[in-house]
Amino acid sequence: MVMADKPQYRVIGTRPLRPDAIDKVTGRAQYGADTRQSGMLRGYVLRSPHAHANIRSIDTSKALAYPGVKAVITAADFCLPGQTVADLPDLTTNILAGSKVYYHGQAVAAVAAISDEVAREAARLIDVDYEVLQPVLDVREAMLPGAPVLHEAMRTRTPEGPGAEPSNIVAHAVVVFGDPEAALADCDVVVEGDFSTRMVHQGYIEPQAATAMWNPDGQVTIWTAHQGSFPARQATATILNHPSSKIKVVLTEIGGGFGGKIAVYLEPVAAMLSKKTGHPVKLQMDRVDVFEGTGPTPGTSIRAKLGATKDGNFKVYMADMAYENGAYAGTAANYATMVATACYDIEHVRLDGYDVVVNKPRTQDYRAPSSPAAAFAMEQLVDQMAEKLNMDPEKLRLQNSSREGTRGSMGMPFARIGHEEIVQAALDSDHYNSPLEGPNRGRGTASGYWFNVGLRSSVNVTVQPDGTVALSVGSTDLSGTRTSLAMQLAETIGVDFEDVKAAVVDTDSVGYNDVTAGSRVTFGTGMATYEAGKNLIAAMKERLATTWNVPADDIQFEAGKFSSPDGSKSGTFKEIAQLVVGRGPGLTVSGSVNAGFLQGGGFAHHIVDVEVDPDTGKVQILRYTAIQDVGTAIHPAYVEGQLQGGAVQGIGWALNEEYFYDDNGRMLNSSFLDYRMPTTLDVPMIDTILVEVPNPLHPYGVRGVGEPPIVPPLAAIANAVAHATGVRQYQLPMSPRRILQTTGKIEE
Amino acid sequence: MSKHHVITRINGEQVEFLTDPGTSLLSALRDQLGLTGSKEGCNNGNCGACNVVLNGELVNSCCVLAVEINGAELTTIEGVADGDNLHPLQQSFINDAALQCGICTPGFIVAAKALLEREPDADEARIRHWLAGNLCRCTGYDKIVQAVLDAAPEMRAAARA
Ligand code: FES
Ligand code: FES
Repeated sequence: MVMADKPQYRVIGTRPLRPDAIDKVTGRAQYGADTRQSGMLRGYVLRSPHAHANIRSIDTSKALAYPGVKAVITAADFCLPGQTVADLPDLTTNILAGSKVYYHGQAVAAVAAISDEVAREAARLIDVDYEVLQPVLDVREAMLPGAPVLHEAMRTRTPEGPGAEPSNIVAHAVVVFGDPEAALADCDVVVEGDFSTRMVHQGYIEPQAATAMWNPDGQVTIWTAHQGSFPARQATATILNHPSSKIKVVLTEIGGGFGGKIAVYLEPVAAMLSKKTGHPVKLQMDRVDVFEGTGPTPGTSIRAKLGATKDGNFKVYMADMAYENGAYAGTAANYATMVATACYDIEHVRLDGYDVVVNKPRTQDYRAPSSPAAAFAMEQLVDQMAEKLNMDPEKLRLQNSSREGTRGSMGMPFARIGHEEIVQAALDSDHYNSPLEGPNRGRGTASGYWFNVGLRSSVNVTVQPDGTVALSVGSTDLSGTRTSLAMQLAETIGVDFEDVKAAVVDTDSVGYNDVTAGSRVTFGTGMATYEAGKNLIAAMKERLATTWNVPADDIQFEAGKFSSPDGSKSGTFKEIAQLVVGRGPGLTVSGSVNAGFLQGGGFAHHIVDVEVDPDTGKVQILRYTAIQDVGTAIHPAYVEGQLQGGAVQGIGWALNEEYFYDDNGRMLNSSFLDYRMPTTLDVPMIDTILVEVPNPLHPYGVRGVGEPPIVPPLAAIANAVAHATGVRQYQLPMSPRRILQTTGKIEE
Repeated sequence: MSKHHVITRINGEQVEFLTDPGTSLLSALRDQLGLTGSKEGCNNGNCGACNVVLNGELVNSCCVLAVEINGAELTTIEGVADGDNLHPLQQSFINDAALQCGICTPGFIVAAKALLEREPDADEARIRHWLAGNLCRCTGYDKIVQAVLDAAPEMRAAARA
C-alpha cells in the first residue's frame, strides 16, 4: 500500500540483486570463524560449572605445562598494577570472571595452544577452587528481602535516590502521566493480568568468533563478526587498558546478531592471548557456549491493568514490570517504560519498571529489546477489553490509536507515524476479511512499537576514474544494508545502482559509527550516505567551475545531470566524473551525521490464525500476516524479509523457546535440539503488507524496519489461542505442555 | 595418536590428507582443507549449516568422521556452481532475496539440491519437510522455500535434457 503523496524515485523502491550474494551462495564469504592468519594459534575458554560461586583461587600451572600450550590467562592478567580481580569492572569480569561467578557458563580462564584440541585438553587441567553459593533464578524471588545477593555493593536506584541495603534490584524507574489511581476508579471497565515470559536467545546461527594479533609495537588487529566495529574497539580498549587508536577492528561477514553481538566476549581475550604468545590467536564459541555464555534476552513478570469507558475509550494503563538483567546491571525494564503504551493515546499512565539481577547470563538486546514482553501484556488486555465491550479489537485499537501529536511514551509528541494506517490496513486485508472456520481454531491480532534510533554514522565515497563510485561503510551489514545504502547513494547522485560498489571497511578507514542496532543503519548511516552524496555533488561542482569557467554556485545539478548556467554545457554524473576525476586528481568525500537518539518510531500489526490440538496441546500456525509502517521501503524484498524473519522469531518465542534451568541454576537445554527454534515445518508462508508513511526525519522517509516485527507475535498468538480454546494465556512459552495445563488436561 | 591417511574425491578432485581418528569431516574440511563454505552452527546435527553430499546422500558433516570419507565421493557448497555458472538454486536464492546474513545459505542450497535432484516435482509441503533439518534465524523461511520452488522448473528441464 502506498500513500498518495509518495515521491517518485528512480532507484529507491526497486529490487536490485545484492552484490555480496554471489560470495554467500558459493561459500566464499568469510565469516568470523573463517579467519586464518599466518602462525595462528587456537584458543579455548574455560567456563564456570556453577551459577553462583566465589572463586577462591585458580591454578593454571598444569595447563601451562601441557605440551603445545603457549599461554593461559585469567582475569588477573587484566589488572593494572596495584589492582586485584575484585576491583575489575563488570565489563571485564563478564569476559573473564574476577572474584565471583554469577552464572553457569561464565568465562573463567582461557588457553592458547597449537590446536583447538590441545587447548581444550589443557583447559581441563586448570584447577579452579569454587565456594558454591545459593543462586537466585526467578525475577520476583530475587526482588524479595532475604534473597541471595549477587553484588554486595548494589543499591537500588530509585527516583528518591539510592536504597540503603544491598539488593538485586538495580533500579526502580517510575513513569507517571495524569492521575492514574483516580482515573482507574472512574473507569467503567477494567481488565488486568499477571503475565510472565521466559529468557530466550537471539539464536543467530553463527557462534561468536574473533581473531586477534598483537604486534610488538602495540598495534592490535582484531577480526570479528560483531555488530559494531567501533564500540567493539572501545570496549576492547577499555578492558585491555590500551589506546583505542592502536586497535584496528576488521569486520568479517556476520552470521546474524539481532542484538546478541553488541557486547564483546572473545575479542579482548584473544588480544591478551596474542600479546602473551606473540602469535595471532583465534577463539570461537560452540553452541553450548553461545547459549550459556553470551547474552540472551530477559525473562519478565508484568502485572498490568487497562481501564476504559463503556464506549471503549482507554483512560488508564498501569503496569508493574520486572525484567531480568541476568548477572549484571542492565536497563531492560527502563526500556519497557519507554515503549509499553506507545500504540495508544492514554491519558493516565503509571509504569513501574524494575531491573533485577539474577544468576543467569548478562542479558543483551534482542530485536526491539523489552518491547515484545510489554506488548504481550498490553495487547492481551486490549483483546480482553474488546471481548468485554463486545467490540471488534481492530476497531477498538483504531479508536484509541496514537497518531501525530499524541504524547509518546517518553513524553514527547509523536511526529508523523503510521499506527492508524496499519490497523486500518488489517481491517481492509484479505486475511482479516476471510472467515476462519473449523473447531479449535482462533484468530488473534496485536500491535507493536519500537522507537528506533539514529545515532552517529560516517561513510566515505570515492569516485573512480570511470565515473562509478565506491561507498565505504563502517556499519556492520547484518542483512543487506550495503545494498540499501548503495541505493540511497545512487538516488542522491543520480547514477545507476550498478555504478555504486559498497563495502564494509575497518575502523582505521572511515569515521566513527555507532553499533548496528536499533534499526538504525538504513536510517542513520543512510543519512550519512545522503550527506556524502550531497558533498560529492558540491565537490564536483567546484572542479567543474574551473573546467567550465563559471561560478560553482551557478552550476545546476538536477535529475542526475550537471549543466552550466546558460545550458550550453552539460553532462551526467558519470560523464562529468570521467572528466574531472578520470583526468584529474582523485576524489574522496565523506558524510558524517549525528542522527539523534530517536527516529520517530516504527509500528507493526500482525494477524494470525491458529489451530490448537486439544489432545497434544500443539499450536499450529495456519496463516500469518505481518503489516508494518515501513516509512519508505528502500528495497521492498529486504523489507519483507525483515517482517517475515521477525515474525518467525516471535512465533518461536511465543510457542517453544525458553531457557530451562535446574534448581542449581544449570541450563538444561543448551542445544538446538532442546532449545526449539522454528523450522520450515513450524510455519507457513508469512504474508506481508508494507504501508509507507514516510518518516519526516529522513530525506527519503526511511524508518527502521528490523525491530517492530518481533513485537506483536507473542500477544497475537496468545490472543488467537485464547479465541481457539477459551483460555487466556498469561505465561510463555505456550508449549504443548503449557496448553494442556492451562486447558485442564494435565496437572500444573 | 596415530594419524589416518584419507584418499577421497571432493567436488570432482582427488584429495589426500592425514587426520586424527576423532576429527569430524566438518573440521577437516574447514581447518585442514581450507573449504570454509560449510559452516558450523551447532556441531551436533541440529542446524544443517554443515550439509554436504556424501556418496549421493545428504549428511551433516559435523556428525561424520573425516576417516569415514576414505574412498568416497563428496560434494560441498564449493562444488555446486559449474565454474562461473551459478547453479539454478544459487541464482534463485539471489533473485528471491532468500538470504539475509547468509550463514545458513550453503547448507540450504546443498540440501535443496539433494532434494530436487531426486524429486524434481517436490511441492511446498515436501520442501518444508525436507528442509526441516536446516535452521535459518533471519528469513522466516518464506523466501527460502520460494527460491527452491522457483529453481525446480529449471532443474526439471535440465533433468530432461
Ligand atoms: S553444524 Fe552440523 S548440523 Fe549444525
Ligand atoms: S540468512 Fe541468516 S540464518 Fe539464514
